[in-house]
Amino acid sequence: MYRRLRTPSMWRDLERLQKEMNTLFSDYTTPGIRTAPSFPSLNIWADEESVMITAELPGVKSEDLDISVEGGHLTLSGSRTPEELPEEGQFHRSERGYGKFTRGINLPFEVETDAVEATLKNGVLNLMLPRAEADKPKKITIN
Amino acid sequence: MTEKEQAMEIKDQQQVPSETTERTRDWPCFVPRADIFETDDAYLIKLDMPGVDENKIDITLEKNTLTINGYSNVERPEGYSLAAAEYRIGDYERSFRLTDKINQEDIEASYQDGVLKLNLPKAEEAKARKIQVKVG
Repeated sequence: MYRRLRTPSMWRDLERLQKEMNTLFSDYTTPGIRTAPSFPSLNIWADEESVMITAELPGVKSEDLDISVEGGHLTLSGSRTPEELPEEGQFHRSERGYGKFTRGINLPFEVETDAVEATLKNGVLNLMLPRAEADKPKKITIN
Repeated sequence: MTEKEQAMEIKDQQQVPSETTERTRDWPCFVPRADIFETDDAYLIKLDMPGVDENKIDITLEKNTLTINGYSNVERPEGYSLAAAEYRIGDYERSFRLTDKINQEDIEASYQDGVLKLNLPKAEEAKARKIQVKVG
């Protein structure tokens, strides 16, 4: 049997991820139909060895943020709590929103969970997820 | 999920409409989401401006117009390619016209966790100017 050369599975998975994201986005652009944007907004960066996820999380404190990785699945959840305001007064605008949020992402590979690095600075979360050693492709040498 | 707490809802991010004058920086500029709360003595304003350094924020109050500018300094990670994007990095700009006179000396501004907080106390004369309307 003849089989076509295929792109490595990781890139296929990334492509799938991209497609999923695109379908998510197409909701916004469809005229007449507008869904609320999901919070937080994510950007996903990738190279062969790792995935880097950045998220805009203004007003979310690190203790209110929960990041968990299980195999190839990442869950980002937390909440933004409203600040105490004086009783007398009124809102002119309330665009920022408060409450709970959860987002799940299927990563293109298994993650080395011990080596995950997360930083939260100026309301931007930076997550570095290295690919698990066991999941990396093995080079086969010909004897 | 069993929690009864309200799920987070936010407004879509708006880009600053392009006018005839162009910005010198070649990247997008967004209208930061805002909460404005008015009390008898002050305006409390909060703006979501993630990715901005605290010393890269300009706040000006000219006559009754409050303008907030934030310049982002987030860099593209090197060696990575973008696999999926839901937000763009850009600057922030927003102006508000305030109806009351503000006591300029006592304006307080703080920036933490990507949120700019402003406390604009109303000037004494603005407070005193309020005239009670009698019903009858």
